[in-house]
Amino acid sequence: MNDEMGNKVIIAENLTKKFGNFTAVDHITFEVERGEIFGFLGANGAGKTTAMRMFCGLSRPTEGKGSVGGFDVRTQAEQIKKNIGYMSQKFSLYEDLKVWENIRLFAGIYGVKEGEIKSRSEELLHRLGLYEERDSFVKSLPLGWKQKLAFSVAIFHHPKIVFLDEPTGGVDPIARRQFWELIYEAADQGITIFVTTHYMDEAEYCNRVSIMVDGRIDALDTPRNLKEQFGTTDMDGVFRALARKAKRGD
Amino acid sequence: MKKMLSFIRKEFYHIFRDKRTMLILIGMPMVQIILFGFAISNDVKNVRVAYYAPHYNNDIQKLVAKIDANDYFIVVGKCTTKEDINHALLSGKADIVAYFDRDFSKIGKKGSTPTVNLIIDACDPNMATMESTILTQVINDYFKNPAGGTGALLVPHTRLLYNPSMESSYNFVPGIMGLILMVICAMMTSISIVREKEVGTMEVLLVSPSRPMGIIFAKMVPYFTISCLNLATILVLSVFVLKLPIAGSLIGLILFAMLYIALALAFGLLISTIMKTQVSAMLVSMMGLLMPTMLLSGMIYPVENMPAILQWISAVIPARWFITAVRKVMIQGLPMAAIVKEIAVIGGMLIIITGLSLKNFKKRLE
Repeated sequence: MNDEMGNKVIIAENLTKKFGNFTAVDHITFEVERGEIFGFLGANGAGKTTAMRMFCGLSRPTEGKGSVGGFDVRTQAEQIKKNIGYMSQKFSLYEDLKVWENIRLFAGIYGVKEGEIKSRSEELLHRLGLYEERDSFVKSLPLGWKQKLAFSVAIFHHPKIVFLDEPTGGVDPIARRQFWELIYEAADQGITIFVTTHYMDEAEYCNRVSIMVDGRIDALDTPRNLKEQFGTTDMDGVFRALARKAKRGD
Repeated sequence: MKKMLSFIRKEFYHIFRDKRTMLILIGMPMVQIILFGFAISNDVKNVRVAYYAPHYNNDIQKLVAKIDANDYFIVVGKCTTKEDINHALLSGKADIVAYFDRDFSKIGKKGSTPTVNLIIDACDPNMATMESTILTQVINDYFKNPAGGTGALLVPHTRLLYNPSMESSYNFVPGIMGLILMVICAMMTSISIVREKEVGTMEVLLVSPSRPMGIIFAKMVPYFTISCLNLATILVLSVFVLKLPIAGSLIGLILFAMLYIALALAFGLLISTIMKTQVSAMLVSMMGLLMPTMLLSGMIYPVENMPAILQWISAVIPARWFITAVRKVMIQGLPMAAIVKEIAVIGGMLIIITGLSLKNFKKRLE
């Protein structure tokens, strides 16, 4: 870890990814601080997923620099993977495994000690109100519960940063609200949250929001400042004003 | 190591909890062995023979009794007129009608050549050929050993050199082994890897600190185990149910089969790196592995009878080499030294396919 970087856990400097002639991510530059909830917005095809893959060490940048948790995305992908959690837009848990089997599997993958797994997973199951369901197959849980469980599993090993790729797709506003309570709890413990979403009400919950258009970051500020800057009353207005300029579609 | 074990346990859970997969994995080998061993058979059995003898005599009576006594044939009756012959065959009451010529009455007399015309339902030409061969042999036998006959009068002597009882299971068992091991390992492995891609859990695993090669290795372990179990099932069923002897080295046979299983797993991995959906992985396994294995490996149709082009194609089908080698070791009882070529070919394929799929796998991760 480099002390000079202090509290900055994600740094992107002109980070670029090209596939042939197509520039999926076009020189993006930003920083995310420790414990921050950072919203990463953009229309479909704007380049969010590609950018996220670079931060997770799955994809090497074509140009520019990036670091996550103090590790270089180009050369230290393995260290990055140990220090992040990840929950994808598609469902992250195994439907044909029981609740406790899923927790144990992922805890084991991330190297949580055998003795700790048991006590911590019991504590977690009680906290989520899922203790009675520990022997149920994940496929039998309601979607909202599955997502809460998936998030809890993603931060089970106390990562520095957790990447959430459209974590709340398909659930009602109440379940989303409950999900965000978990996110706030995690942020209070010092875990940095990097979240992509399609829901503009969720964008309001973030500390800061960036909006990607055609591979570039066209706006980056707190939700309040962005609304002021674009003269609208909600994030939806900001998003539409920017998305209108987009040349790439789905 | 602990991580690896928890991955392997997870894979076993996936298999055991999916009833359909379990049924295919465990049921298919048994059903196929029993089907091919008993129901689907090229053997000549219970062939119904009728006869027409306008000049019935003692010799004919003895010969007919001899045919009836043979395991392959049942004498179903006598035709009284020539029209009857046609009728018996058309109505399906008889497969063969033996027509004893007028000369037959002069049997044993000097200068006479008694003839039997065999009129055979040749809808299935292969069966007809086999039936005629065996019946001719029975008739020849009768004249050669005149235990009441009249002495050596009929000339041609045919003998069956291959598989004297013509058991088709001798032929099928190595073929089924080649087929089942290839399909189960390759298809099941590829589907299970592609399923994780499709559902999205593969992404989660790749983001985790676990090594991609470890994930894949953990996927292969259960299928390798189950394939070895299947191999054991097939061998036990062959020996105890189909009464097929293992003439050569059992350990050699098992080791060679494991090499082949490893190759099938490599094929599965290769398919999974190319295909994106479970359905396409299944189709490719079926069209790319199952069909060629059944049709071109020599399992059903002998490779030697194929046109040159198909023979070349069959050279790249692993099952062809596997089946040849298993026939040599299991049925002919040749020593392992006799299948060095097959071992080399399968081993070479294993290296090439593994290399290709690893290269593809790494590329896909980018």
